[in-house]
Amino acid sequence: MVRAGGWLVRVERRTLVLSAALAALMLGAGLLGLCYGASWATPGEVLAALGGQGESVVVIRDWRLPRVLAGMVFGLALGVAGAIFQNLTRNPMGSPDVIGLDAGAYTGALVALTVFSGGSVVLATSSVVGGLAVAAMIYLLSSGGGLSGLRLVVIGIAVSAIVTAFNSWIVLRAELEVAIAAVGWSAGSLNGVDWADLPVPFTIIAVLLALMAAWSHTMHQAALGEAVASATGVGLHRLRLLMVLVGVGCTATVTSVAGPIAFIALAAPQIGRRLAGAAGVPLLPAALTGAVLLQGADLAAQMLLAPESLPVGVVTTAIGGCYLIWLLAKEVRRA
Amino acid sequence: MTLAARAGTITGRGAVLVAGVVLLALVAVVSVGIGAHAVAPAEVVRALFAFDGSPDHSIVRDVRLPRALLGVGVGAALAVAGVLIQTLSRNPLAEPGVLGVTAGAGFAMTVGAALGLATTPASELVLSGGGAALAAVLVYSVGRASPLRLVLTGVALSAVLAGLSLGLRLMLPDVFDRFRFWSIGSLAGREKDPFTLTLALIVLAVAGALLLSRPLNAVALGETVARTLGASVTRVRLAALLCITVLAGAATAAAGPILFVGLIVPHVVRPLAGGSVPWLTAYSAVLGPILLLVSDMGSRVLLPTGEVPVAIVTAFLGGPVLIWAVRRYGAGTL
Repeated sequence: MVRAGGWLVRVERRTLVLSAALAALMLGAGLLGLCYGASWATPGEVLAALGGQGESVVVIRDWRLPRVLAGMVFGLALGVAGAIFQNLTRNPMGSPDVIGLDAGAYTGALVALTVFSGGSVVLATSSVVGGLAVAAMIYLLSSGGGLSGLRLVVIGIAVSAIVTAFNSWIVLRAELEVAIAAVGWSAGSLNGVDWADLPVPFTIIAVLLALMAAWSHTMHQAALGEAVASATGVGLHRLRLLMVLVGVGCTATVTSVAGPIAFIALAAPQIGRRLAGAAGVPLLPAALTGAVLLQGADLAAQMLLAPESLPVGVVTTAIGGCYLIWLLAKEVRRA
Repeated sequence: MTLAARAGTITGRGAVLVAGVVLLALVAVVSVGIGAHAVAPAEVVRALFAFDGSPDHSIVRDVRLPRALLGVGVGAALAVAGVLIQTLSRNPLAEPGVLGVTAGAGFAMTVGAALGLATTPASELVLSGGGAALAAVLVYSVGRASPLRLVLTGVALSAVLAGLSLGLRLMLPDVFDRFRFWSIGSLAGREKDPFTLTLALIVLAVAGALLLSRPLNAVALGETVARTLGASVTRVRLAALLCITVLAGAATAAAGPILFVGLIVPHVVRPLAGGSVPWLTAYSAVLGPILLLVSDMGSRVLLPTGEVPVAIVTAFLGGPVLIWAVRRYGAGTL
């Protein structure tokens, strides 16, 4: 048990050690991200530059730092969103990227970009609206089958296919300049993220994560089953609605800046869960694993074809899809 | 059922088939006329039977007609492959696109092009057929436990292969310029390439599927029943798998990965075929081309300038059908 700022937080020792290790790994990957680029900077130079010293201040503080911060914070957000939806659907495959919430948020972002041509607030709002609309659509279409099970996942995949087709049509219809920006973006990419893109999404994500931290205990209680949750006084409907809002909010905010980055939300919660040896899908390990995965994938995306930089979504899709197949194969063996 | 009543249903089904073929011919003529430069249907017919070398006639003969023929071949191939997969796996959600078979074919072709192997139509066909077969075996071995699992495995494999293909295309932009439209699934841009071999293979495989459909009917009833009826289960399955590979491989080699045609068509014609696999196959071979030609027309008129890849149109139509099928059949089998 850890008492922190008036909050009584119950944390298992193993989760605590793991989280510290993951946080260290995340910072290490972040430092590597700051070092790596067209010219290699030593960690010493990076630290000096962060403090405003040395020749490479502009390169590191203004060019590389926003990208690295975005990789870490967006990874946290995607990990949390994945954990939320996997808890809700009680299915490792019920994560927002598989069931098409990314694609919906991307529709919102594309509409904002092509119709309203607004700033980052409009972009984020519109993405959230798009993600919520898709979530509502999936919920309604899978009515009668409950929230859990593969049925919802496959319906989500179908919705995702429709929405993705619609997105491609918007991109092709759009003005050439917008379309070129959106094509690199449609795979999910951190290329070209700079400071101006970040304040709004970071604020939204911080608020949502704080909200989720406050509610995480109730969420795990709800994951024990409807009967237990009701008996222990959890308002299930309100809690579910809140969880959906936070999950979609996290996914959509990331999508509005970086496009749909697939499979982090799928893989991070499950990897975190296995590392923590936990029964449910714990939030903190999921978030930190997400940050490590996304930052690592972005490094790989920059290194694979250097000096060209791949969209990070290409790397996460290739790795995450393999992981999904492995997940399915393992369940078959067990069955 | 009396003999007369039986003969009655067969004539009825035959009439539907003839009506389907007539509709296909009409759609084909209209589709040849529609595009950036519209040609009147009467002029299209004249270009086909009384060619006079005018620009309109040249457009019809050199660009639109090959494209329509390709559309007919690809549509029939995908729809019949869908029938075979659905019947063979007794899974109402199965389809070469959703199961990752076309993605396997597309990826094999992409790798082949990167290595400089996909230079002739024949080598493209060999590559994509091999890729289709590998993907089918992989997806089936991982996901055979349930219909929904099979779909998930296929989608996951498609995602991985799409990511890898995109990476390869970004690495070697020059090699892939020719495949720009193909990579999303489109009939555009391949009109000038020779495709006689592709069409011949598709015709052979569709004929093979029609021959197979009667024993497949028996296999669909279950292994024991099939043995009692005298069908060799293993041989029928292998032959069906070969047909699926050829059909999906040839369609993908010609038009790239197009999803959902093999899902939509069998579901639409199943009520008409009344549980008979031979009729289901025949109807699908006619409706598949109609659907693809209509989608292709849509792909040409949806944008004020240029066109959208036809795979986008079929995904838009096919998503709702997948949702309907999941809601109708759930986790059960056909």
